[in-house]
Amino acid sequence: MADLGMPATTVVPDGIPPLTDETRREARELIARYPRSRSALLPLLHLVQSVQGYVSPQGIAFCAEELDLTKAEVGAVATFYTMYRRKPAGTYHVGVCTNTLCAVLGGDALFALAKEHLGIGNNETTPDGSVSLEHIECNAACDYAPVVMVNWEFYDNQDPASLRDLLDRCKAGNPPAPTRGPSRLVTFKEMSRVLAGFNDGLGQEGVTGGPPSLVGLEIAKQRGDVAPSYPAQES
Amino acid sequence: MLTPVLSAHWDEADAFSIEGYTRHRGYEALTKALKMEPDALIQLVKDSGLRGRGGAGFPTGMKWGFIPQGPEGQGAKPHYLVVNADESEPGTCKDVPFMLANPHALVEGVIIASYAIRANHAFIYIRGEVTHVIRRVQEAVQQAYAAGHLGKDIQGSGYDLELVVHAGAGAYICGEETALLDSLEGRRGQPRLRPPFPATHGLYACPTVVNNVESIASVPSIVLGGAEWFASMGTEKSKGYTLYSLSGHVKKPGQYEAPLGITLRQLLDLAGGMREGRSLKFWTPGGSSTPLLTADHLDVPLDYERVGEAGSMLGTKALQCFDDTTCVVRAILRWTEFYAHESCGKCTPCREGTYWMVQILQRLEAGNATESDIDTLLDTCDNIFGRSFCALGDGATSPIVSGVQLFRDEFLQHLSGGGCPFDPVASTVFGGVLS
Repeated sequence: MADLGMPATTVVPDGIPPLTDETRREARELIARYPRSRSALLPLLHLVQSVQGYVSPQGIAFCAEELDLTKAEVGAVATFYTMYRRKPAGTYHVGVCTNTLCAVLGGDALFALAKEHLGIGNNETTPDGSVSLEHIECNAACDYAPVVMVNWEFYDNQDPASLRDLLDRCKAGNPPAPTRGPSRLVTFKEMSRVLAGFNDGLGQEGVTGGPPSLVGLEIAKQRGDVAPSYPAQES
Repeated sequence: MLTPVLSAHWDEADAFSIEGYTRHRGYEALTKALKMEPDALIQLVKDSGLRGRGGAGFPTGMKWGFIPQGPEGQGAKPHYLVVNADESEPGTCKDVPFMLANPHALVEGVIIASYAIRANHAFIYIRGEVTHVIRRVQEAVQQAYAAGHLGKDIQGSGYDLELVVHAGAGAYICGEETALLDSLEGRRGQPRLRPPFPATHGLYACPTVVNNVESIASVPSIVLGGAEWFASMGTEKSKGYTLYSLSGHVKKPGQYEAPLGITLRQLLDLAGGMREGRSLKFWTPGGSSTPLLTADHLDVPLDYERVGEAGSMLGTKALQCFDDTTCVVRAILRWTEFYAHESCGKCTPCREGTYWMVQILQRLEAGNATESDIDTLLDTCDNIFGRSFCALGDGATSPIVSGVQLFRDEFLQHLSGGGCPFDPVASTVFGGVLS
C-alpha cells in the first residue's frame, strides 16, 4: 500500500524521527504565507522530508490533516514529483545528470562509475544510509557539464577522479564544499528545510558564479564591449 | 558585440547582496516606477518591445495589458504575479546562474511588475533542484523587506506587496505556465485547457501574469534607460539584450549577454570555437524542444523571426553545440527518454506517443530496427504534434523530425552496421579515462 502513496498506517518505522508539535507549528507558519492553504502542500512535503528524510505514511497523513485534504489527494501529489522520496534518502543524495548534453560529455560514464563505486543501483541507498544515488534530468548547468548534484548543490565539471573522491568523502561524512554553494555541504534533511521555505542563512556564502557564468563578461571587458549607457535625461 | 546589462557586475564578489546591487543603482528604478501611473509602466514595457525570455517570445507588456482592471468582474478579484523560475528545458541554463549572481534585479522587477498590474501578492516559483539559488533568492527577498522595498507601504508610496519564494519538487512540466499554476495551488502539475487564459483565470482563477525570470529582471533597466534605450539593441521585431548560453563541445562554454540577432558564428568566435581538431555537427538554438540546426545555420541571426525562418525556434537561447564525435541518434534517444519521463500523463498522444518513440529509437540506436521503423517514428511524431494538450508533446517531436531530416543517413548507418558506429568515449570531455 505504501508504495502507492496510500498510507495504511501512521506508525513511524524504527529509526525514523516522528513528526512533532514543532513540525506542526512550522507547517502552520508555512500555510500562513499563502492566500489559500493548499498552496502550502509542496512546502509541507519538503518539511516532512526535512524531519524524516522521505515522505512517510505519517507525513502524508500529517499534510492531509493540516490542509484538510484526503490522504489520497496528498499521495497523488507526492507521487507526481520526483524530489519526494518514498524511501529514506541517504544523508547525501547524489544525482548524476544523464540528460543528453551531460551524458555525451561524460555523464553516462560517470553514472556507471558511481553505481559501481557505491555498489548500488539507480534510486538506491547504501546499506549504511550515507549515500543514495539517482540519475537526474537537466539541472540548468549545461555550461558546467558534466554535472553532479549532491543534496541539490552543484558539483560542476566532474571527471572520474573527482567523482570518486566526492563519493568517498560523502560516505565518510566529510564531503567537499559545493562548487557554487555554501562553504559546507548541508545534509539532505537540512536542504529540505530550505526548500520548505526556512532559510538557513547560508545564501551569502560562496561565489557569484563559476568561470562559465563569468566568461561572457570577462570577454566583453577584454574587448571593451559595453551596453549603451542610459540616456542622461532618463538617469 | 556583447552588451552586459544583467550580467554587468557578476564579477564583483558581493553582486548578489543588496549592498552589491544598490552600488549600481539598484532599486532606483523602483523609486521611479512608484511615481508613475501603473498604466504608463505597462505602456513603457510595450514600447520597449520586450518579449518573453522563457521561450515563447510573447510581448511582455501586452501580457500585462491583458489583465482586467477596474471594480467589476474579474478585475475586482485579487491579481497575482507569478515568476516562472522553473528552468528545466534541456540545455537551458541562464536563469539559474542569473539568480545566483543577481537575485535583486529579479526582486526589483517583480515589485515593479506587480505594481504595474496591480497585484499585492507575488510568487517566485523556483525549481526545487537548485538549493543555493533558492537560498540566494530567499535572502534577497528578506533583504528587500528589511529595506522597505517589500511589505506594507513600499517606500512610502502606499503600495503593498507580499512576495513568496516557492520551491518546486521536480517536474519539467511545471515550466508550462498553467501546469505551474496548478502546482502552485498544491496540485499535480498538469496543464490546463485554454481558454480561459491565466490573464483572466490564473492562480485561484484570478487574473495572473506568469513571466520568465529574465523577462522580469529586464524591467528595471527599461524603467531606468527608457523604451528607446532598450530598443536601440536587437533587431526590428526582437528588441533588447539577452543571455545566450553556450554549452557542449566548445572551448569556453558559458553565459554571453548580447543584443538579439547575434549569430552562433559570432558567439563561437568569442568562445574560442569548437574544441581542438573538431567541427560543429549539430546544435539547438533554444533547448531540446527547438529543432536541430547544423553548421549550415551558423550565420542565422539569433532572433525570434530569423530562427523561425530557418525552421527552428529561438526558444531559451540554449545553444547546445555537439561536435562530430557525437552520435545524433543517441542524442535524440536520450532527449526522447526525457520527454517520456516528464510527460505528465494527462493527454494520450503525448503519454503514449513518447513511450513508443523511446522503444523505436532504442531499436534504431542498437541497430535492431528496419528502415520502416523510421517512418513509424515520423508517423508517431505526426500524431503527437498539434494534437497534444500542451507544448511538451510538440517539443518531443522537434529533435526527432529535424534529426531524421538532417541525418537520415546516420540512422540508416546504425541499421546497416548493426549498431552505433560512434565511440562514446571520444565525445566525453575527459576522453573516457576511467582510472
